[in-house]
Amino acid sequence: MFDDSNIIAGLEIGTSKICVVVGEQNAEGALNIIGLGQSRSNGVRKGEIINPEQVEEDLRHALFEAEQMADVEIRSVYLGVSGGHIRGFNNRGVHPVVSADREISPDDVEDVVKNAKAINLPAENTIINHVRQHFFVDGQDGVTNPVGMLGARLEVDMHVIHGNANRLQNAVRLVRATSLEVEDVVFNGIAMSLALLTSEQKELGALVIDIGGGTTEYVAYSDGIIRHSGVLAVGGDHVSSDLAIGLKVSLTRAHKLKLEHGTALPTEAAKDQTLSLTNELGLELKRVNVGHLQRIMALRLEEIFQLIAQDLEAAGLTDYLRAGVFLCGGTSRVPGIVPLAENVFQMNVTPGHTTAISGLTAALDQPEFATGIGLLKYGSLRQRKHLARPSLVSGIKGVFGKLLPRS
Amino acid sequence: MQTEHQNPLFETPEAAGQPSVRILAIGNAGDALLGALNPAEFAGAEFAAINTDAAALAASVAPVKIHLENKLFRGLGSGGDPDRAKALAEEQFSTLKSACAGANVVFILAGLGGGAGSGICPILAKAAHEAGALVLAFVTLPFECEGNRREAQAQAALEQLKAAADGVICLPSQKIFKLIDENSTLVETFRVTGGFLLEGVRGVWSLLTRPGLIQVHFGDLCGLIRDRHAENAFAFVEASGPGRAREVAEKILNHPLLDEGRALAESDAVLVSLTAGKDLTMAEISRVMEQVKHQCVHAQVIMGAAVDAGLKEKLCVTVIAARANARPAHVSPRAESHGLAPAAAPPHREPALSRQRKRGAGTKPVQGQLPLTIISKGRFDKSEPTLHRGEDLDIPTFIRRGIALN
Repeated sequence: MFDDSNIIAGLEIGTSKICVVVGEQNAEGALNIIGLGQSRSNGVRKGEIINPEQVEEDLRHALFEAEQMADVEIRSVYLGVSGGHIRGFNNRGVHPVVSADREISPDDVEDVVKNAKAINLPAENTIINHVRQHFFVDGQDGVTNPVGMLGARLEVDMHVIHGNANRLQNAVRLVRATSLEVEDVVFNGIAMSLALLTSEQKELGALVIDIGGGTTEYVAYSDGIIRHSGVLAVGGDHVSSDLAIGLKVSLTRAHKLKLEHGTALPTEAAKDQTLSLTNELGLELKRVNVGHLQRIMALRLEEIFQLIAQDLEAAGLTDYLRAGVFLCGGTSRVPGIVPLAENVFQMNVTPGHTTAISGLTAALDQPEFATGIGLLKYGSLRQRKHLARPSLVSGIKGVFGKLLPRS
Repeated sequence: MQTEHQNPLFETPEAAGQPSVRILAIGNAGDALLGALNPAEFAGAEFAAINTDAAALAASVAPVKIHLENKLFRGLGSGGDPDRAKALAEEQFSTLKSACAGANVVFILAGLGGGAGSGICPILAKAAHEAGALVLAFVTLPFECEGNRREAQAQAALEQLKAAADGVICLPSQKIFKLIDENSTLVETFRVTGGFLLEGVRGVWSLLTRPGLIQVHFGDLCGLIRDRHAENAFAFVEASGPGRAREVAEKILNHPLLDEGRALAESDAVLVSLTAGKDLTMAEISRVMEQVKHQCVHAQVIMGAAVDAGLKEKLCVTVIAARANARPAHVSPRAESHGLAPAAAPPHREPALSRQRKRGAGTKPVQGQLPLTIISKGRFDKSEPTLHRGEDLDIPTFIRRGIALN
C-alpha cells in the first residue's frame, strides 16, 4: 500500500506505557500520522528497564496494534530514551581559521563542530545527542551559519546529552530482539520539544516539561536553540507511591484514587471530606481524607516544578523563557496542574499541543503522545536530510550523529 | 612597698607603659616553676616566693622570699595539710596583701594538692584582689598516682581559687603524663609539665607586655577566662622559617593540650595572640586565624598581634580556649571516695568528655544521625535511589518536609 521508505515509526518505552506512533511522509515531506499502538508497561521503573522479557512482550503488543491500525509493517523505529542517568550540558569548541584569506570554509565548520564534540565523559557514558547552538566568529555571538564569513577564530557551542551506555544499550538490544531496526536513539526531551514547540516559540524562549510515569524531562529553548536539558527520575509513579504511603492504601488503590480524585491544587471544600474505600463486594474497607490526598499530591507536584525552576535559575535561563512553559506527559492531565506550575514558575503555562502535524486527531490531542509524535518528527527531519534537501532541514538546528553502531 | 593603685586596669599603667606584674610562686611546686622561668624573658616583672617550708625557701632562686611561719610549724612547713596552711595564710593575711600591693597584675604559680599550694593560693588571691590587683593563677593538678587525698585537696583548692582569682589556668599533670615518653625520668617529667604551664605564663605575659599592633586588653583576657576556667585549655606554640604560619597553625591543631584541636571546636571563646619579629605579615596572621576560626565555628574569637624585635624569625602563638561551664563545678562524692578524677575537672577526662559533647552540640565534624523511624519508599524500595542534592526524592515529599497530615 505504501512505499516503505516513507514509513517512519517512533517508539517510546515509558514507565507507564509503551507507545508506537507510525507516520507517513509524503513527497513534499509533510508528515501524516497513520497509526498508534500502545500497551501498559510493566517492566520499566523510573524510565529504565528492569525486566527485559516483560518489556519485550509489552512492546510486541504495542507494535502489533500500531501495525494493525496503520496497515503497514514496521521495520525500523526511532527510539526515545530517558532515565535519571541522562545529563545535558553545554560545551564549546574552538577552531582557528588558517586559510590565507581568512574566509571560513565548510571544512572549518566541520572542524569546530568536531572539536566541540570532543569532551570528557565518564568512561561508562556515551553521547546520546548533540545539538549545535550558535557559532562565534572572533567572539561575535549569534552566528548561525559562518560559512563565507571572515574571521580568525571560529567557536561553536554544543549542547551534549549523554547517559550510561549500558542502560541505553539495554533498550536498543531489546528493540533489536523484536527484529526491528533502531534508526536512531533520541533523548525524549528533544523529541517532545519537536512535537510541541513552533519555531517562533523556540525563538522566544520556552520550557517544555514532560511529566511522565517514572521520569520528568525538561528542555529549555531560547533564541531558537536548546539551552538546557535535564531529567528528574520522578513522575506520576511517585505521586501514587506517596499516596499509598500517606493514606496507607495499596499502590493500585492509590493509583486509582489519583486518577479519580487527584488534583494539584488542594481545595478548601475537600479539606474535611472523606472517601470510603470499598472492596469488590461493596463493603467499606477504610475511609481516606480527601484533603490529605490532595495535599500529598500537590506537595509532590509542586516539588517537581520547584526542582526544575531551581535548575533553570542556576542555569540563568529564567528570564529568557518568554513564551512560557509547556506541559505534556500523562501527569500533566492532573487537574489544577497549570495554575500550580504558574505559581512556581511565575510565567505563562500552557498544556502542550502537538503542532504542525496532521493525521489522527485522537493521538494529537493527548499529552502522553507528545514524545512519540516528536520521535516521528525527528525521524522525518532526519530522513529529509538524508534526501539531501538542505532547504528543508532548517527546521531543526541540530547536528545529529549516530549514537550506536549498526550491526 | 610601692604606692597603691586604685585602678588596676591595664589602661592606667605605670610610666613604663606596662602594667606592673608580680609573679608569686607558692609552695615547693611553685618554687620549682619559678626556678624554671627565665627571668630575662620577664623583664619588668617582680618575682617572689611564698612558702611555709623554710628549707625549701632558702633554696629558692626568688629575689624576694616570704616565709609564712608560726610556732606550730617549726619551720617544717604545712605537712601537706592545706587547712593548716590556710589558717596560717589567714593569720598572715596582711603580709600577703602587702606582698601584692602596687602590682596591677599578680600571677600565681603553684602546684595544687599539697599543703602550701592548696592552702595559701585562695587566700593569696583574695589578698591580691584586695590590694587592687588582677589575679591570674597558673596551677598544676597532681598526677593520679599521687593519691586520692591530694587529688581531692587539689580539686577543693581549685574551686576556692576560682572563686577568688580573676582567672585560673589549670594544667592537669595527668594529661601531660600520657603525652610523655614512658622512659622519661622523674626530673624530666616534672620539667615537661612545668614547661607546659610556663609556656602559658609566657604567652599571657607577652600578651600583656609587648606592644600590640592589634591590642588584646587585659580585660578581654579576664573576661574570657572568668567563669569559664573549669573548662579552659591553652597552648603556646612557636615556629620559625618561611612556612612558619602554616607550621604554627598545624601545631595548634595538633596540640596535645587542646586535644588535637577538639578543645577549639568545643570552646565558646578563644583568644589567639600572635607575636613575631618585625617581619610579621598580614597574610601570616590571616592564615593562622583562618585555621583557628575554621576549627572553632561557635566561638567568639579574640585576636591580638604584637611585634617583638627580639623574636627575629620566630612566630609565637598563644591560644586560650574557654568553654562556658554548663555544669556546676563541684567535686562529686564518688570521685572523692574512689579517687577518680572529679567530674568538674577538665583534666583527665577531657577527651572522653569532648567526644560526648560532640554528639549533642553542633560542633564541626558532626556525624549524621540515622532517623529513628524507617521511612518506607514503597514502590521504589528496591530501585536505585533518586538523589538530588543529597535528598532522596523517592521518599514522599510530605515526609521529607515534615508536614503533618492531621
